[in-house]
Amino acid sequence: MIENRPIITFIAHATLILGIAIVAFPIWITFVASTHDAVRMTQVPLPLWPGDQFFANLYTTFTVGAGGGNTVPVGMMMFNSLIVALMIAVGKITISLLSAFAIVYFKFPFRMGFFWMIFLTLMLPVEVRILPPFKVVADLGMLNSYWGLSIPLIASATATFMFRQVFLTVPDEMLEAARVDGAGPMRFFWDILLPLSRTNIAALFVILFIYGWNQYLWPLLITTDSSMFTVVMSIKQMLESAEQAPEWHLIMMTSLLAMLPPIVVVLSMQKMFVQGLTETDK
Amino acid sequence: MLKRVHFGTSILPYLLVAPQIIVTLVFFMWPAGQALYQSLLIEDAFGLSTEFVWFENFEVLFQDKLYFDTFRRTAFFSVTVAGIAMGAALMLAAMADRIVKGALTYRTMLIWPYAVAPVIAGALWVFMFDPTLGIFVYFLNMIGIDWNHKLNGDQAMSLVVMASAWKQIAYNFLFFIAAMQSIPKSLIEAAGIDGAGPVKRFFTIIFPLITPTTFFLLVVNVVYAFFDTFGIIHAVTQGGPAKATEILVYKVFNDGFVGLDLGGSAAPSVVLMVIVIGLTVIQFRYIEKKVEYA
Repeated sequence: MIENRPIITFIAHATLILGIAIVAFPIWITFVASTHDAVRMTQVPLPLWPGDQFFANLYTTFTVGAGGGNTVPVGMMMFNSLIVALMIAVGKITISLLSAFAIVYFKFPFRMGFFWMIFLTLMLPVEVRILPPFKVVADLGMLNSYWGLSIPLIASATATFMFRQVFLTVPDEMLEAARVDGAGPMRFFWDILLPLSRTNIAALFVILFIYGWNQYLWPLLITTDSSMFTVVMSIKQMLESAEQAPEWHLIMMTSLLAMLPPIVVVLSMQKMFVQGLTETDK
Repeated sequence: MLKRVHFGTSILPYLLVAPQIIVTLVFFMWPAGQALYQSLLIEDAFGLSTEFVWFENFEVLFQDKLYFDTFRRTAFFSVTVAGIAMGAALMLAAMADRIVKGALTYRTMLIWPYAVAPVIAGALWVFMFDPTLGIFVYFLNMIGIDWNHKLNGDQAMSLVVMASAWKQIAYNFLFFIAAMQSIPKSLIEAAGIDGAGPVKRFFTIIFPLITPTTFFLLVVNVVYAFFDTFGIIHAVTQGGPAKATEILVYKVFNDGFVGLDLGGSAAPSVVLMVIVIGLTVIQFRYIEKKVEYA
């Protein structure tokens, strides 16, 4: 700070607190709604202060599910989400590490062709090509499976691009030394490159876990079996059932549970999260 | 691009790139090719025969007034979302940049909406603006505003814009604050000694110096508004009422998956692809300049 002007500092703090209040308000309302019972949630105006039904609602949604018995226990859907998010994050990181390694450290025909092919995937978000990949997954018999939920999403240009940048900063002497000591390519990859890119892998993992957990359209398209539903995609069905009989306390409890894991990840690994976000540049 | 010291040709690099390439081919290249091919076909009403018609689908598409409306709506939606999300984030970042003590706490409190899935963000906003129960609707009614986004197209649009912008503020804030903190303090101090006040310093020094970040964020925000807001719109309005919030990506979904009009939805998805490719090229040209290649 250049000059000491208490008024401006005060304005800065006030603006930030106001900003936080606006940003946090929807979450507060969600939390409040999840702590009341069904009766209170139909009376206008809705409460702004928490009630005492939090654990009762938590128990109901987690084990029975929201939305009149035809939905799935949220606990099970959260388990599905966790598996899918982990498969996507680990899968993306693994195949990107391997292909970046090949592209940076090997000279082979079509090397640049492969690089551009991977790069092109970045340009095509899932939402753009909704039907054709659906048909491919259906033909491969991967509907309603963890494989179908994760494999189509694990190709990643951004991750490959990022690891490529990381590997390019590794000094050439490393490889020369490894060679003198008689290490083969995979030994070099495993014992030198992987440890060197540890922090990048962790940062990327945080971003990709959130990406995987928050997938919506893809699981919506390829799962029809309720035992494969993910928690994020279930919100929509609950909203639809809310048209007839609003069970906002359960819907909001489910929303709360659905956003909890990614928020915990962001807050507890904030440094890595920020690094991952700025490094991959999305 | 290639290391000066590298391994020679063998089967190994092919095995290493194989998983990535196979996934890319099966789930990206092949579907994209299909969409491209289908966009040049016309299928009869029963899906029994198809005819190759070159660019007729596109000609029909660009003469379609409804499609043009969707295009205009998408443009309006993305510019508004980008404008609000970036404007709010820029202001918050400028304030946080001034603060020495507690800046990290503020950052922590501001970034976590990034982690909220779009569809959940939509659910939260739909709940707050529920025409009969919503807490905001209660306040709006008190000051005499009638709110029903299920009937009023403009209100529906403002609701999806608010929900979309809300989610993106965190991301923009992080990039703005990083850019501002990388400006050498000596520049700001020199301007301060020359008598420039905080507001003047912001507009003559800080803002011009973070232009690359602003530009980068503009592209990212537009891409976000084009595609990632699908979940929000799906949860909040389903593109309604009367298509008031149907943006391009939602139209492709609606025509293709709900309406099952394969050929008809292929042409719009090809147009969308072209837009993404254009935006990505712009984005990477920017990154290209920023990144030092070894």
